[in-house]
Amino acid sequence: MKRTGSQILLESLLLEGVDTVFGYPGGTVINIYNDLPDYPIKHILTRHEQAAVHAADGYARASGKVGVAIATSGPGATNTVTGIATAYMDSIPMVVITGQVPTPLIGNDAFQEADIVGMTRSITKHNYLVKDVKDLARIIKQAFYIARTGRPGPVLIDLPKDVQIASTKFVYPDSVELRGYKPTYSGNVRQVEKAAKMILAARRPVLYVGGGATASDAGQNLIQFAELIQTPVVTTLMGMAAFPTAHPLSLGMLGMHGTYYANMAVTNSDLLIAIGARFDDRVTGRIAAFAPKAKIIHIDIDPTSIKKNVRVDLPIVGELSDVIEKIGTKLRENHDQIEAFPELTAPWRSQVAAWRAQYPMSYKFSNTVIKPQYVIEKIRKLTDESAIIATEVGQHQMWTAQFFNFSNPRTFLTSGGLGTMGFGLPAALGAQVACPDRQVIDISGDGSFQMNSQELATLVQFKLPVKIAILNNNFLGMVRQWQELFFDHRYSQTPLELPIDFVKLAEAYGATGLRATRPDEVEDVIRKALATPGPVLMEFKIDREENVMPMVPAGAAIDEMVLAS
Amino acid sequence: MVSHEAKHTISVLVENEFGVLTRVAGLFSGRGFNIESLSVAPTLDDSISRMTIVTSGDDRILEQITKQLNKLIDTIKVIDFTDSEYVERELALIKVQATEDTRAEILRIVDIFRGNVVDVTARSYTMEITGAPSKIQAVVDLLKPIGIQELVRSGPVVLGRGAKGGLSDKG
Repeated sequence: MKRTGSQILLESLLLEGVDTVFGYPGGTVINIYNDLPDYPIKHILTRHEQAAVHAADGYARASGKVGVAIATSGPGATNTVTGIATAYMDSIPMVVITGQVPTPLIGNDAFQEADIVGMTRSITKHNYLVKDVKDLARIIKQAFYIARTGRPGPVLIDLPKDVQIASTKFVYPDSVELRGYKPTYSGNVRQVEKAAKMILAARRPVLYVGGGATASDAGQNLIQFAELIQTPVVTTLMGMAAFPTAHPLSLGMLGMHGTYYANMAVTNSDLLIAIGARFDDRVTGRIAAFAPKAKIIHIDIDPTSIKKNVRVDLPIVGELSDVIEKIGTKLRENHDQIEAFPELTAPWRSQVAAWRAQYPMSYKFSNTVIKPQYVIEKIRKLTDESAIIATEVGQHQMWTAQFFNFSNPRTFLTSGGLGTMGFGLPAALGAQVACPDRQVIDISGDGSFQMNSQELATLVQFKLPVKIAILNNNFLGMVRQWQELFFDHRYSQTPLELPIDFVKLAEAYGATGLRATRPDEVEDVIRKALATPGPVLMEFKIDREENVMPMVPAGAAIDEMVLAS
Repeated sequence: MVSHEAKHTISVLVENEFGVLTRVAGLFSGRGFNIESLSVAPTLDDSISRMTIVTSGDDRILEQITKQLNKLIDTIKVIDFTDSEYVERELALIKVQATEDTRAEILRIVDIFRGNVVDVTARSYTMEITGAPSKIQAVVDLLKPIGIQELVRSGPVVLGRGAKGGLSDKG
């Protein structure tokens, strides 16, 4: 039977298992929106296209499924750009569908025309302009396949209005044929053998875990592997929740705002095993001084991540779970050696424990002013382990990473690579749609919150009980911190002097607003928020000039940390 | 590890589709890689195009270039010819000012380099020269004092030596 392009799109989405899309209608997607009510697909109408993409992203991060967003041509499409770049940097599987002006008008500077395929070429894993309705089903099949396989990422499909209207026979392909795209999943056996040898020869090993561990759902495999080789684990911001922070082998986060003991362990290690991490500059600090005594094994599904920033002694391309399982098996074959191994590295673990005892993560509690770290500890205490935490970008993001003690994968949604302010609220929204029965909390700063605060409307309209915790210091805090420490306290354009009544703002949208101004009010406010149905905004008036510590100054080695201000 | 800047000639077999050239060019510009020359045309299998790219960089950069090219969905195969045997040819069209005094000299040079004159006017010769880029450069250097009016070079194209094809028999 013949179907129009927009019907083909919607039927294909169903066949890909999509039951929810995030979007915003407009002139060039009006046909899709006209057909949408005929399909069992839930549409979440955000109040900005950027938020629709972040919401699809949060949905994907929380569920592991491909997130889908729809926007119209021109400004609708350009509004998706920040969201797409955010997902690309963090390797999030996503399909973004944009409307486009009719094919005869493309290139004519038509109303609401923008070359979105050109603009997003460098921030998508792949993108398509559909010129013929006959290609549409194949392209959608490929888009989902590319988005979710290999190193995941966003794929954009630009769909001109006339292609949506044109009709053809609908046949959804069973399989994908892409001769140029064949990700390597299985780790090379010889490399695996070498890795096992290198591990057994190490005396000061460290596992360095990144976002790839979440993407490949390495979870239990990773814990077993770390326990087998009794090796301390440091994680990146993106790898945080992939390995439980409370695990005895966990040293928490490394890098610019990492723990003292994580950075000391990496700097003094003799073997660094990188698992789905990409040696980002926020992690390595001064590259020449990063893990200077260590041999490096780098396991990643994306060959371009390997040897991009640092020299690597042993690259292994493959899917993480597969590779670490194989290395584990190889190690167990050397039964006597792996039995004896933990004993040989015991002095190293004692050394690491000594560093931890020397400078544990801490902050100065106050009875008079709310410390942001205290709020985060309280949220952690009052929620269960399944709670999903989204953040924006800045000081509150780092405090959350440092003090929340995540224990389950896919419970920490944060823009690690691009560092997008305004990500958290729509991402929390998307996560709540994906996981309606779980507690979802957006931990935010007053600066970031205002970049997508309009999404309060979406939360209220769709009855999404996201709780928002704004750590309000009336500052763009992270930039202020840099100005304090490196620019002689010259607070250029970082004070947000207009005191916004966030409680009233929440109420204006029909949400609940609560405020704490003293430390003894914090717990009550959180309890009340969690007990209140529907979206709740909590405003915490925090210590205005609290800093994120420890901190590695830009350009310094990661063991050259400032420990307290 | 000793690593130094070197010139590399890379063949990239890509899907012959809309926008692929921009993807490749954008990859080079976006990541700060050099392109010294680039030539593109369809292969025997017209669903595949072959790009010949001359680039430069140290080992680390070349490894990234190769990997990043391979990462493009539309890239089917990447071959770096640097450490292998290959045949390399470039075409140049050169328009040279010709006078009574220089005509004979120009024709002699064309002859020595086995070029062909493809257009003649009262005041100019246009010739085609093919060969390795170094040969083209030698001709250009000789003709420059006589007066080159216009010059166009195709950039080199290469094929590996021996019986084996780049992509089974498709390349």
